Amino acid sequence: MTVSRRGLLAATAAMPVLMRVQDAVAQGIAPRRGGTLTTILTPEPPVLQIGVNNQGPTLVIGSKMFQSLLSFSPTLEPIPVLAKSWTISPDGREYVFTLQENVKFHDGHPMTADDVIFSIMKFHTELAPRARAIFALIESATATDPLTVRLVLKQPFQPFLLMFDASACAIVPKHLFDGQDYRTAPAVQRPVGTGPFRFAEWQRGNYVRLERFADYWKPGQPYLDQIIYRVVPDSQSRRLAIETGQAQLTQTNDIEPFDVPALRAKPNLEVSVKGWEYFSPVSWIELNHRVKPLDDIRVRQAISMAIDRNFIAQRLWFGIGKPATNPVASTTRFHDASIKVAPHDVKAAAALLDAAGHRPNAQGVRFTLKHLVLPYGEIWSRLGEYLKQSLRQVGIALELESTDAGSWARRIGAWEYETSINFVYQFGDPTLGVERTYVTSNIQKVTFTNTGGYSNPKVDELFNTARNAADPKDRQTAFSAVQKILCEEVPQVWLMEMAFPTIHDKKLCNVITTGLGVHTSFDDVFLTA
Amino acid sequence: MKDFWRRYRRNKGAVVGLAVLLLVMLMAATAPLLFPGSPWDMASAPFMPPGEMGMLLGTDSLGRDVAAGIAHGARISLLVGAVSTAAALLVGVSLGAVAGYLGGFADDAVMRFTEFFQTIPSFVLAILLVAIFTPSIGSVVFAIAVVSWPPVARVVRAEFLSLRGREFVQAAEVLGKSRISIVLTDILPNALSPIVVLSSLMVATAILLESALSFLGLGDPNLMTWGFLIGSGRSVIRLAWWMSVFPGIAIFLTVLSLNLVGEGLSDALNPRLARQRSGAA
Repeated sequence: MTVSRRGLLAATAAMPVLMRVQDAVAQGIAPRRGGTLTTILTPEPPVLQIGVNNQGPTLVIGSKMFQSLLSFSPTLEPIPVLAKSWTISPDGREYVFTLQENVKFHDGHPMTADDVIFSIMKFHTELAPRARAIFALIESATATDPLTVRLVLKQPFQPFLLMFDASACAIVPKHLFDGQDYRTAPAVQRPVGTGPFRFAEWQRGNYVRLERFADYWKPGQPYLDQIIYRVVPDSQSRRLAIETGQAQLTQTNDIEPFDVPALRAKPNLEVSVKGWEYFSPVSWIELNHRVKPLDDIRVRQAISMAIDRNFIAQRLWFGIGKPATNPVASTTRFHDASIKVAPHDVKAAAALLDAAGHRPNAQGVRFTLKHLVLPYGEIWSRLGEYLKQSLRQVGIALELESTDAGSWARRIGAWEYETSINFVYQFGDPTLGVERTYVTSNIQKVTFTNTGGYSNPKVDELFNTARNAADPKDRQTAFSAVQKILCEEVPQVWLMEMAFPTIHDKKLCNVITTGLGVHTSFDDVFLTA
Repeated sequence: MKDFWRRYRRNKGAVVGLAVLLLVMLMAATAPLLFPGSPWDMASAPFMPPGEMGMLLGTDSLGRDVAAGIAHGARISLLVGAVSTAAALLVGVSLGAVAGYLGGFADDAVMRFTEFFQTIPSFVLAILLVAIFTPSIGSVVFAIAVVSWPPVARVVRAEFLSLRGREFVQAAEVLGKSRISIVLTDILPNALSPIVVLSSLMVATAILLESALSFLGLGDPNLMTWGFLIGSGRSVIRLAWWMSVFPGIAIFLTVLSLNLVGEGLSDALNPRLARQRSGAA
């Protein structure tokens, strides 16, 4: 086992972060034991086992029952969770994690390095495409002793640590899954993890109840006795629940943006849009480059300049989220704040379209494009209507098409669209969450790949350099260069850095302490009297 | 004609209904003059209450003028009502005429076919049809027509059954007139009054159906309709009541006026029934 100087630095650097977070969160109020947190889960997930299902609601509730080696601060610094410390070799290929002692699964079995290796190499590698792509870089995984895991990579991969959050690599008990079909194993129905709360009961269509795990590895924690996740399908009922105090916490899409201003005004409620730094979704107008004239850079630039991003963020989303400035979210690593898309300018947009040879006809229309409205709720319909009006001002007629969620995903995946709206999580690093939308090698007939068909060898090369470089400085250089090219060529028209309101009773403390917000274990969350 | 108007006029409600309906039609016809430009244009700041900044009925979440939306929406709502009713009449009258005039096996076949449609809840069927054919003005009209024709077929069949045995029809048959000419020139004109009354009510139902579909987000996304206005205002009703209340009033008045007109037509076309009713009252 080689402990390099840099590795030691990384390990010690993690400690102050932990202290800072803990200090900041307590806000001088002594944590109080006891109490039930009632919150909301929408939509109801099919299963609660992270890995078998990795959709939003499963991650929200699953992160209370499952933990991973690390978590991440709002600036995406690693925070130790099940890994007490870790070292990285100078060549960036060897990662050694030292695990916490006395960690038990909810069934009483101790958690060891074997469980960690099983979770990484087998469980998530088989179940989750995102984990599979990255864990494929692991050359060997060995347990040098029951509390030490040594991972050797085939090549340096600087964003590697970002994969060890509970939402990406929850540690599952090997003894309950090994040798079985992971999707149908009995443990999927009664999840068993190492988290501060364990599964108690699930009345389908009604609620899921989690109870305090007495043998949790942090002494004295968690503070709450239980958490009840109620399934409330109607958004106005959810708003009423938080307003009347029947629920003390709402998250993700529970509350519609237009309801937020009224809830902000309530003296007993706290509204925060923090805690999404790890995911940092950026929304954009998805352009299909195979459709003329969207293959023309000038046309794409004109579309981008015709849109008032401030209006979208302020009027449509009521300030929940902010205008996107470039393809990398400002909360994601390697975002270059000096590189920005051209500002809102209707005249310049019209001039670009003139230059591209698209003259307006008698009705003032230069050309017509179809727009597949994102069927994720009403606000996206409003966005479609807004885009239609904005683009009409520069002479582009947008014809709206409505569809259902299944057909939307199918049509985007099959390239059967002209324009639409899309957004993906960035997972803290452009290599993990941005690259996939722009590189030639990822032009696939699969949703959330480079479905637009943009291809630029220079961009491919820069993303590749950034992916393989071990030094963050080299990566920054490549990412800055790629952001510059993308902002000039506008392969997709970025609209907004999305955020989701977390609304909670002021009596509930420590809700958002990390860059994962409500997707953390809640072992330090408590209710004041 | 004068006689008809005299009888129609006796029903005060019907006169009011006609006046309201004419006003709505006038509004639809003059919408491009009253509110030039597209109703989708952002005319003012979002969520302006009625009366502020020159917005008579307020603005919606994108700053669009609700009054312009209602005026332009009247065109679509009336158009959908009229076209889908015409389509439903075409199908319903033809099938009903065939069943009622021919009788026997043809009657059985057509009526079982009609019952097949009547047993399916009409609104659910309409939603299904629009969802399958993707929402557009064409698919909405088609869906409304498909769910609206069965009552027409039944009414027409009943009329034809009672008329085909009458002396004037027998006389026409003896004269050697062709079946098609008997149906079109002898029976149909005499069966017209219930069809006229029914169709005025069908227009009202069609407007309601279209609004309900738009409310659920199944309307044509490129057209401003009353149902769309209510649907988009529903979620922010606590923030901006005017967004759903005014289009709601527009639908209410139009549908009510169509019903009143239908009743007036019924009175005017069946003077004996009307007299009995007023005599009893």
